[in-house]
Amino acid sequence: MTALLSARGLRLAFGGLKAADGIDLDVEAGEFLAIIGPNGAGKTTFINMTTGYLKPQGGSIAFEGRPILGLSPRRIVGLGVARSFQLPQLFTEHTVLQNVALAVAAREGVWSVLSPLLRPRFRDEAAELISRFGLSRIAEVRADALNEGARKLVDIAMAVALRPRLLLMDEPTSGVAAAEKMAIVETLVRVLREARVTAVFVEHDMEVVGRFADRVAVWGQGRIAALGPPSQILNDPEVQRTVIGIAPVGGAHAAA
Amino acid sequence: MAWLSENGILVGLALLDGLSYAAAVFMVAVGLNLVFGVLRVLNVAHGSLYAIGGYAAASIGLFAASLGAPPWLGLPILLAAAVLVGALLGPVIERLLLRRMQDREPVLQLLVTFALFMILEDLQKLVWGVQPVVFDAPLKWLGTVDVPFGTDVIPFTAYQLYVLPGVALATLAILAYVLRYTLTGRMVVAVTVDREAARAMGIDAAKVTMLTFTVGAALAALGGALAAPTVSLVPGVGASTIVLSFAVVATAGLGQIEGAAVAALLIGLGRSFAVYVAPEFEVVVPYAIMVAVLLFRPQGLFGVAETRRI
Amino acid sequence: MTRRSETLLALAGAVLVLGLAYAVPWLRFVLTIALAKGLAVLGILLLLRAGQVSFGHALYLALAAYTVAFGAVVVPEALLLLPAAAFLAGVVGLLIGLFVVRYREIFFGMLNLALSMVFYSVLEKFYSLTHGADGIRLPPVTFLGRPLAGEAGEWTVLGMALVLALACGALVRVALASPLGEALAGIKTRETRLDFMGVSPKRVLLAAYVASAVMAGFAGAIIALTTRHVTPALSYWTTSGELVFIAILGGAGSVIGPFLGAAAYELTRVYAAATFANAWQMVLGLVLLGVIVFAPGGIWGMIASRRRAA
Repeated sequence: MTALLSARGLRLAFGGLKAADGIDLDVEAGEFLAIIGPNGAGKTTFINMTTGYLKPQGGSIAFEGRPILGLSPRRIVGLGVARSFQLPQLFTEHTVLQNVALAVAAREGVWSVLSPLLRPRFRDEAAELISRFGLSRIAEVRADALNEGARKLVDIAMAVALRPRLLLMDEPTSGVAAAEKMAIVETLVRVLREARVTAVFVEHDMEVVGRFADRVAVWGQGRIAALGPPSQILNDPEVQRTVIGIAPVGGAHAAA
Repeated sequence: MAWLSENGILVGLALLDGLSYAAAVFMVAVGLNLVFGVLRVLNVAHGSLYAIGGYAAASIGLFAASLGAPPWLGLPILLAAAVLVGALLGPVIERLLLRRMQDREPVLQLLVTFALFMILEDLQKLVWGVQPVVFDAPLKWLGTVDVPFGTDVIPFTAYQLYVLPGVALATLAILAYVLRYTLTGRMVVAVTVDREAARAMGIDAAKVTMLTFTVGAALAALGGALAAPTVSLVPGVGASTIVLSFAVVATAGLGQIEGAAVAALLIGLGRSFAVYVAPEFEVVVPYAIMVAVLLFRPQGLFGVAETRRI
Repeated sequence: MTRRSETLLALAGAVLVLGLAYAVPWLRFVLTIALAKGLAVLGILLLLRAGQVSFGHALYLALAAYTVAFGAVVVPEALLLLPAAAFLAGVVGLLIGLFVVRYREIFFGMLNLALSMVFYSVLEKFYSLTHGADGIRLPPVTFLGRPLAGEAGEWTVLGMALVLALACGALVRVALASPLGEALAGIKTRETRLDFMGVSPKRVLLAAYVASAVMAGFAGAIIALTTRHVTPALSYWTTSGELVFIAILGGAGSVIGPFLGAAAYELTRVYAAATFANAWQMVLGLVLLGVIVFAPGGIWGMIASRRRAA
């Protein structure tokens, strides 16, 4: 079986900094792949290249066997690859419901002028998705009035509303209060499993990684330093020294 | 080549005209660009300051002449009038209007300057009337120079040949020096690049803004004062000047000082060649140049492309 | 404000317009012009929704007005001239739109301004065709074959303006709440997100831009039929600025705003011109300043907040 996403020899340097220095990675359909590694290792760059925001200087990326390198973000979304952002990208003057409904409308085709965005079909689907993320209470709140954790979830909900086959999430739990974090990730994983979405997520919290990732890729200086199941990667002394050493205390233990 | 030898004088005249025209346009545009950098608003009333500078210079000059002042005094009067207009109007406009609008929507900020433009346009009519005002004493006093051009000789006014481009070059040099090598200049640059960061470093952004706006206003007034001897001042001169300056600024790229000089030269020469070759297109040429430039460089000739952050 | 109360208000406004036009005959002219400008401002409102300000929509106004003036020579039927003028404005809007929607903020505003100024110079300079600044008088025009003249003619044009205003207002009201309208508002706050949802912000803006050009086209045609005389001043940048002025004066919060703003603007202008012949522009400038400083939501904002309080 061919991989859902297949990257080969991706290279990209910003000046002297090598953000990608020969990345080879296959993402299998249905799996949850975590990307960990120190800041500046090129994790976000990988997401940016896969979604068409940055163009690598070399290499290739294929989604479902089809080359997507050089396509615009818009085209790549159309093929079934969505993303969420480290800094949530919300329409700040719209409510949560409108934000998610707009994503639903974007998927269905935005070119209808005569019936409202919040027509029953879009409203119901958006409301249902919002409730699955546990956000029903704030559905009518304007996006610029939300706290960071809620913004993060709305940002992901908008990506999920596009019904992608592959979802790339950039630090989905950063900014989310520690007490809520696990519950939120549980929800997120349940939603994604139900929707049969393959997910790649950049994560700093090893507890989250240990509990939800099927595989873990360790990024270091634009390369993949290690790749394998969490039980193996998170207990690797080298990985513990270079990556987990800077991660929140206790993460790896709780995972084990 | 045959065309050139036949029309050599025309080419020469267009070049000379274009240079002096570019000089005046540069003075206005560079002030507009400077002010945009610090305030982040395109001041629609900037052209009115140009017009008022011209009218003030002409009035003071004519008044001095009626008192029997020697003709050479015309030149310092032009300069003094510009400084006067800038120093009087600049701080008032900045303090009473623009500062209050700092945190408002960009559309409203732009419209405030549009309102100011409407007010100043009528103010000019009330003060100076609607009849053309002419003050060409400095032009006449300096006389003409025979400029050799190939085998031809072109008589051209010394004022347009030396004074206008000279002052423009001096302005460019002084601005470039001040912004690069003086503390005040560095502060202006800092506020232009990142107002909040500049504030965090302890720079008094309000003071820098006031100073920059005043200098910008004075530069516009100086442009008007310098142009005054070469044109007759009529209502509407501010309105046509500001759109031209917009074209120069957009062509140059926002916040670019040297770029404004290059763009002013490009547009000035383009326009004066059009005057001689295809006069119907005289007014079109500056905008055509701007559109052509933005087609290939959306951020202007010297502008730095801003990527949207995600 | 609910859809029903807005509809009722619009209908009440229409009745009021007809009543005033009946009671005060000279108001017919003023109200027709106000309705026409309100139509154009409706388009400005669409662009404002995306956070963009066009300082060049007078281009479409003038284009349509001249289309009516030239077209009337060939086909003097108002019911054909009106849609033809709006259609042409839409086609030109599409061509220019393809270019300008790639730009944002200042550059969007300046490119629109530049292109309208190019059109202005063409109208002014090609004297043999356009009679330059003097403009053209409209030949006699018919409505359903009957001459569009005299009092009946005035009522007919007012009626057309009113029907168009109600229809376009309702359409824009519906469109703004549609996915496309909300995506348009998304351009203002988070344009890149649209791209990452598979929606082209440029195309969304282009749709709004073409619609705004068509409405400005209707406006220009109505103005031509009302004034019976078209001049290049229609496309000067100050006319474009006036449209943005009216948008803010009326308030961008509702499709009724543009018409409230246009009526207030035209009435203020008439009274200011009668009271201060040389300073009506100054009066308007002061009004604009007052609105921006004290009532940034415009007239509509004042009404809406009062209703909310009640």
